[in-house]
Amino acid sequence: MISLLRVVPLVVIMPSICCGTDWLRFRGSENDARSSSSSLPTHWDAETNVAWKAELPGRGPSSPIVVGDHVYVTCSSGASDERLHVLCFAVDTGEEVWHRQFWATGRTFGHPTTANAPPTPASDGERIVAFFSSNDLVCLDLQGNLGWYRGLAHDWPKAGNDVGMSSSPIIVDNVAIVQVQNQGDSFGAGIDLQDGTTRWRVPLARTASWSSPTLAPGEVRPVVIFQSVEGLLACNAATGAERWRYEASCESITSPFSSGGRLYIASDGMTALTPSQGNGSPDVAWGANQLNPGAATPVVADDRLFVVNRAGVLTCASTAEGKILWRKRLSGSFWASPVLAGQHLFLVNDSGTTHVVDITAEGTVVSENQLDGRFQATPAVADDALYLRSEHALWKIASQR
Amino acid sequence: MFRPFICWFQIAWACVVLGLLTQPCCADNVSSLVDQLRSVDVNGGGHTQAISAWQTLAQSDADQLGDILPGLDGAGPLAANWIRAAMDTIAEREWKRSGTLPLVTLEAHIEDRSRDPRGRRWAYEWLVRLQPDAADRWLPNLLDDPSLELRRDAVARVLVTARELEGEGKKAGAISAFNRAFRAARDLDQVQLIVDELKALDVEVDLPKHFGFLVDWYLIGPFDSTGGVGFDATYPPEESVELGAKLPGKSDDVSWSAHVTDDSFGAIDLNTKLGKHKGSVAYAYTEFIASEPRDVQLRLGCINANKVWLNGELLTANDVYHAGMELDQYRAKAQLRAGSNAILVKVCQNEQTESWAQRWSFQLRVCDAQGTAVLPVTAPGGN
Repeated sequence: MISLLRVVPLVVIMPSICCGTDWLRFRGSENDARSSSSSLPTHWDAETNVAWKAELPGRGPSSPIVVGDHVYVTCSSGASDERLHVLCFAVDTGEEVWHRQFWATGRTFGHPTTANAPPTPASDGERIVAFFSSNDLVCLDLQGNLGWYRGLAHDWPKAGNDVGMSSSPIIVDNVAIVQVQNQGDSFGAGIDLQDGTTRWRVPLARTASWSSPTLAPGEVRPVVIFQSVEGLLACNAATGAERWRYEASCESITSPFSSGGRLYIASDGMTALTPSQGNGSPDVAWGANQLNPGAATPVVADDRLFVVNRAGVLTCASTAEGKILWRKRLSGSFWASPVLAGQHLFLVNDSGTTHVVDITAEGTVVSENQLDGRFQATPAVADDALYLRSEHALWKIASQR
Repeated sequence: MFRPFICWFQIAWACVVLGLLTQPCCADNVSSLVDQLRSVDVNGGGHTQAISAWQTLAQSDADQLGDILPGLDGAGPLAANWIRAAMDTIAEREWKRSGTLPLVTLEAHIEDRSRDPRGRRWAYEWLVRLQPDAADRWLPNLLDDPSLELRRDAVARVLVTARELEGEGKKAGAISAFNRAFRAARDLDQVQLIVDELKALDVEVDLPKHFGFLVDWYLIGPFDSTGGVGFDATYPPEESVELGAKLPGKSDDVSWSAHVTDDSFGAIDLNTKLGKHKGSVAYAYTEFIASEPRDVQLRLGCINANKVWLNGELLTANDVYHAGMELDQYRAKAQLRAGSNAILVKVCQNEQTESWAQRWSFQLRVCDAQGTAVLPVTAPGGN
């Protein structure tokens, strides 16, 4: 019996821990916007290579995430975007598996181009944490059962951004970490995944930020980075204890990310940082003020950095020194961040055209694939499928076999 | 050889017992579990008990939804979401299992207007999901419903009728229907849509009256707010309002002047009225005549940092600049007294130079909790 009790839970959770292609949060499980998949379709339209399309009951720029056999997505609806939705779809069929709804407890105002659901959910493979612009934070298990519900703007009533907030949570060792930064109550917080209580909270500058937190490279214990227009704050992810600060004028929308032992931030163009030799703030590896990421968070592939700006100029630079290698003009404007699978970059513009760019051929545009709708969400990639999310719908793009 | 069977049997039996133990057995038990959800508080307070209670409550039969729904009555916003998640879980499970829910229970809850609007809307949405034609039965009676979500659907339904009448060339009937929808509508998008439809039919409506915008103001400024000092500074109007007074302003003496806005949404453009002044503070003052004491809400839309006082009491203070200006952006509960009520608004402009950071403007309305205008007695139709 003892052996059975050991085996059964393993069998139950195996799909989530043995599946290496989950896409667990904004820009993927490692926040690197990369997938090892080399079998994604490079051509599609509404009739071709669309495995399924699911209409959503509301709006939102959040990205889908994929855990095992299911894809999860959020949206908001109602006259004031006050209704919050978390939905689960079957990867194979696109069938809705469950749908949970909540009432926003914080401010729901936002720019007309956004909604109350810009943050991408995060998962640890067993639970989903969904965050909303109204600073509502909900934890559900993979079957849609409530773990807990927090209204961070209910707790701190001056927390709110009437333009809309887009910072996505991350999960580190049973702590959900959120960045609530605006002109009112502003803080980074670690919320206990088990019971939803606040493990730690650190004040942040009272200035609007839409960036998502990320983990610092080169740390023995996980260190979370909060980026704002005043620079970076690095905190111990378990306790919130400050590790270091880095003062610089940073962009407020693009998110910081790590790759190859470096931390990349949108500051004076792009800046690459290396961990301090001591315990202090990081050192500047290089800065490149010609690299302007606009809203999208760049992606790194080996020794190259790919940056797309709002106007659709895709720039490839060397990660060694930030030197520009080539530029390519894409059509449209871009909110969504690019993702990389195999040798192809997938870049979705606002009007639903996904540019597939071959990074081995100096930015050759392999295809431009059109779907209807407004697109602000960064794609997700899992199991040789690309998940695209427009304002009102979710698509699974996969090769027809 | 027999041992594996014993093991499986024991596990199965344990599951049955566990299931029986975790399933709430009666209304009292359900009520107790709901009470534990209603006890959740800020900063995760009450979560330990609530998590356990939720897991048991969510195992309830759909027949027990009638005992759970009243738990939303008076529930705080956090607790309401815990309760809703349990109801959604129960309802979705039963719907997938049997394809139905206890419809009589749902309809009884919708019918009872004393119930919390959130619960009534929840019941309505499930009812319509199961019986789409129920909307035709219910919506004609929901135009004045305290649930703004139910009212919104009722308005949308009247709009369909109005457009059909218009399409049939029945102009008078269409106007009548649009006017009915307009009187009931509380959501800005619906109101704007109806106004456009009526305008196309040569019918003008009084939007400030519909929303309860205050349009007559005395203004004074600029006072100094260089470096943002003005938000916390106390200038003379915050001590007392003397409309004939001349006060030291940012660079010259300033005095009160009367202004009436003709903006459909009651917006006061201070750049136009007082001139463009960065790093400045302006005050707006008006009196609201009420026939009797009553609870109201003062709802402010303002793209600048602001404060609002009613009869000298500070109702709201918001140190936020250029993050949009929205209808009902800041809501404050207040109580009017019979007779004259002094309303003072402070609007601070910062020194940002970007083109999108130049507006200096506000709008304010007086309404009830449902957003229905409360008009001063001096206004036609006022209280």
